[in-house]
Amino acid sequence: MKRIFSAALVASTLALAAASVQAVTLRVSNQGDVQSMDPHSLNESLQLSFTGNVYESLIERDKKMGLAPALATKWTQTSPTVWRFDLRPGVKFHDGTPFTADDVVFTFKRAAGDGSDMKGYTNPIKEVRKVGDLAIEIETTAPYPILPDTLTTLAMMSKKWCEDNKAEKPVDRRKGIENTASFKANGTGPFRLKERQPSVRTVLVKNFSWWGGKTESNLDEIVFTPIGNDSTRVAALLSGETDVMEPVPLQDVERIKSAGSFTVLQGPELRTIFLGMDQKRDELLFSSVKGKNPFKDVRVRRAFFQAIDEETIKSRVMRGAALPTAEMVGAAVRGFQPDMNKRLPYDVEAAKKLLAEAGYPNGFEVTMNCPNDRYVNDSAICQAVAANLARIGVKINLQAETKVSYFPKILRRDTSFYLLGWTPSTVDAHDVLASIMATPNDKGQGTFNLGAYSNPKLDELTLKIQSETDQKKRNDMIREAFKIHQDDVGHIPLHQQALAWAHSDKVSLVQLPNNYMYFKWITLKSK
Amino acid sequence: MAGLKTAFGAAYFMPALGAFPFDAWRAFCSDPPLSMLAFVLRRLVQAVLVMLTVAFIAFMLFQYVGDPVTNILGQDATPQQRLQLRSDLGLDQPFPVQFARFVGNAVRGEFGLSLRQGRKVSSLIAERLPATLELSLLAAVIALVFGVPMGVYAALKRGTFFSQTLMTLSLIGVSLPTFLIGILLILIFAVTLKWLPSFGRGEVLALGPWTTGLASVDGWKHLILPAVTLAVFQLTLIMRLVRAEMLEVLRADYIKFARARGLPNRSVYFGHALKNTLVPVITITGLQLGSLIAFAIITETVFQWPGMGLLFIQAVTFADIPVMAAYLCLIALIFVVINLVVDLLYFAVDPRLRVERTAGAH
Repeated sequence: MKRIFSAALVASTLALAAASVQAVTLRVSNQGDVQSMDPHSLNESLQLSFTGNVYESLIERDKKMGLAPALATKWTQTSPTVWRFDLRPGVKFHDGTPFTADDVVFTFKRAAGDGSDMKGYTNPIKEVRKVGDLAIEIETTAPYPILPDTLTTLAMMSKKWCEDNKAEKPVDRRKGIENTASFKANGTGPFRLKERQPSVRTVLVKNFSWWGGKTESNLDEIVFTPIGNDSTRVAALLSGETDVMEPVPLQDVERIKSAGSFTVLQGPELRTIFLGMDQKRDELLFSSVKGKNPFKDVRVRRAFFQAIDEETIKSRVMRGAALPTAEMVGAAVRGFQPDMNKRLPYDVEAAKKLLAEAGYPNGFEVTMNCPNDRYVNDSAICQAVAANLARIGVKINLQAETKVSYFPKILRRDTSFYLLGWTPSTVDAHDVLASIMATPNDKGQGTFNLGAYSNPKLDELTLKIQSETDQKKRNDMIREAFKIHQDDVGHIPLHQQALAWAHSDKVSLVQLPNNYMYFKWITLKSK
Repeated sequence: MAGLKTAFGAAYFMPALGAFPFDAWRAFCSDPPLSMLAFVLRRLVQAVLVMLTVAFIAFMLFQYVGDPVTNILGQDATPQQRLQLRSDLGLDQPFPVQFARFVGNAVRGEFGLSLRQGRKVSSLIAERLPATLELSLLAAVIALVFGVPMGVYAALKRGTFFSQTLMTLSLIGVSLPTFLIGILLILIFAVTLKWLPSFGRGEVLALGPWTTGLASVDGWKHLILPAVTLAVFQLTLIMRLVRAEMLEVLRADYIKFARARGLPNRSVYFGHALKNTLVPVITITGLQLGSLIAFAIITETVFQWPGMGLLFIQAVTFADIPVMAAYLCLIALIFVVINLVVDLLYFAVDPRLRVERTAGAH
């Protein structure tokens, strides 16, 4: 009897040991750390991507960036401004409380309230109503056809947990209130937060009671480490201390590929890099031309466009990791027009001629503002542009500086010529139209149209596009607006920079164009 | 003394020596000694002035570093939201008001919330302090344990091939930038040999508010590369200093007498010569400890070492003013305290100062 018992004990101990040996741990490193565990505190890709493994939204993106049901199983538009969402039954938060309509109503209130960085997504929403334990209605102030898209970034939180933990508001920096939700988490997602040491490591473990049941992932644990230094991040991957890392510095892509047993995954990102010109002031702030503004003349803008050798920027500056573009949105964004994606030809002679016609046969001098630590090789792009423009007689005084001083400056519109990158967070063309192309006003339109390009026809279309629900008509209007902008050369689009992730060959994963990394799609083979 | 000065002459260009208390050094060398109390008082007043100046310069610089408002609110905020946040953070008030409030809080160790992390700056720093101190102390130990014997060796076996090699290597150690040494070590020991980890602190043990990596093999493994990287510069400095001092001392009469009496070499070199070189070495090591803590930034960045330097760098890229202010003030404080202690030590260590004071010479 005793022997049987001890044999059973040994067997069970062995089984336990075997289980712990087999625990599959994925080690991920990134350039920066997730700022907070609170999914409403910061509207930034890394933040939303990481917390997106712990928290879930009503609707999510599938592997092709399409919409897929998540915490809502079904959504229908009952009137132009009212949407009904049926919630998934049987979903539990990590602490065991069931997910209900009350949590959804609470979440929207939280995301629209003080300290939230997600107000941009909740602004078009007038009211969120509970219509049953597992059903809600959302009413928008005006028809808002892209509501489902905006909902993909809004993570659902537990009302009870937030109240119990005094986390009803995202961290409030103004009043200096710390918030439990910034270092603990209670979501519904396939992974739970186990350990959080800011800028050291963050550990997620599998949620065995996830509503989705078995995921295609075999991961039990994810250890996320920020490694700021590029070389160290590459070294940690090559030495086998991490399994996945991003971003890969462009100069190291070849090295990682040639090391064997590693893969570099490069895909176009949603972000478009472009140049903007001050088209509002009657005299440029920083230019040799006095008494008039050369950028008001479309011929000058066109000359600039045609003088820039984007193909060479792609091959030399970006080492091939860029997709030259003629549009202000990338191919993955709704509203992208494949047939209109043709750049004006690179033609120095034509550019010179245009400049001469506009009255500047000898060119002129203008200051260009550029960040040097925000986008991939940003200041090198500006140097290349300056060299290109020198060939048509335009002398660029390049001011490249850190993003910390760059952004405040250009947001004050203290610039004549600048470089910027933009990711439409809704993955829809309207975002770019409203933020970058429409005439700036005090209602939040054209906030990042820093050169104040303005065309009333485009403004009118932008407003219509916002509330048009017929996809065909909507697309036609986007097309028309893009055409106007291209003809006006309102901005000079350059390229979509490439995302670059690297991982060991033991890993298989899915890279989304918005740079989100979902661990539920990652598997790790043992050797 | 000449030997020490030569060593310094060679070292003047090194940024790490910026913190050397030249005033005290001059006072030590030539000035008429003051009474102990007056001296301490004068140094204390100076310390306060230094701290205020550092606080002021830091604070003033931060006015131009960048705009935290854009960073906090992100790209989609409206101008009204920006204005509101500006006034909530007190950024719209006049400069003197902001500064006075800053100093008042700083004295209480209160630097507010980190703009980036939304957590108390004081607790952020307290969390990071152990990592930096552990790294700096170990680096100092490595520098001493290897630097002193190597310096002695280079002095005794002057002109031999091995000591020439040591001197040449030490030049490389002085001139190679820290980040390059770090990355080279990572390439060799982490990527190629796979002996040691390339980043982080590994397993740490929490002892109340203190965390230590010294309690586990894993922690030690993580500590080796960064500590060596940080130690290289100090090691070469100490080695050159010891060598120069030893050469000086070995020419002194009492060494000749010791030899004449037939004392064994070992006793002459280590019992008499080395002992007399150690006073300046200890002084410099003490001062350099401050530099090690302050200049661990680069090493911490390369090895993703979760110390204060990394915190500072992250704060800089985000214009996280409270963290930057707190870090600069803390480092200034460390330097001021160390300098003060060193100044006082001169009274304790050097008998000549005490004799002259009691005799009332000059």
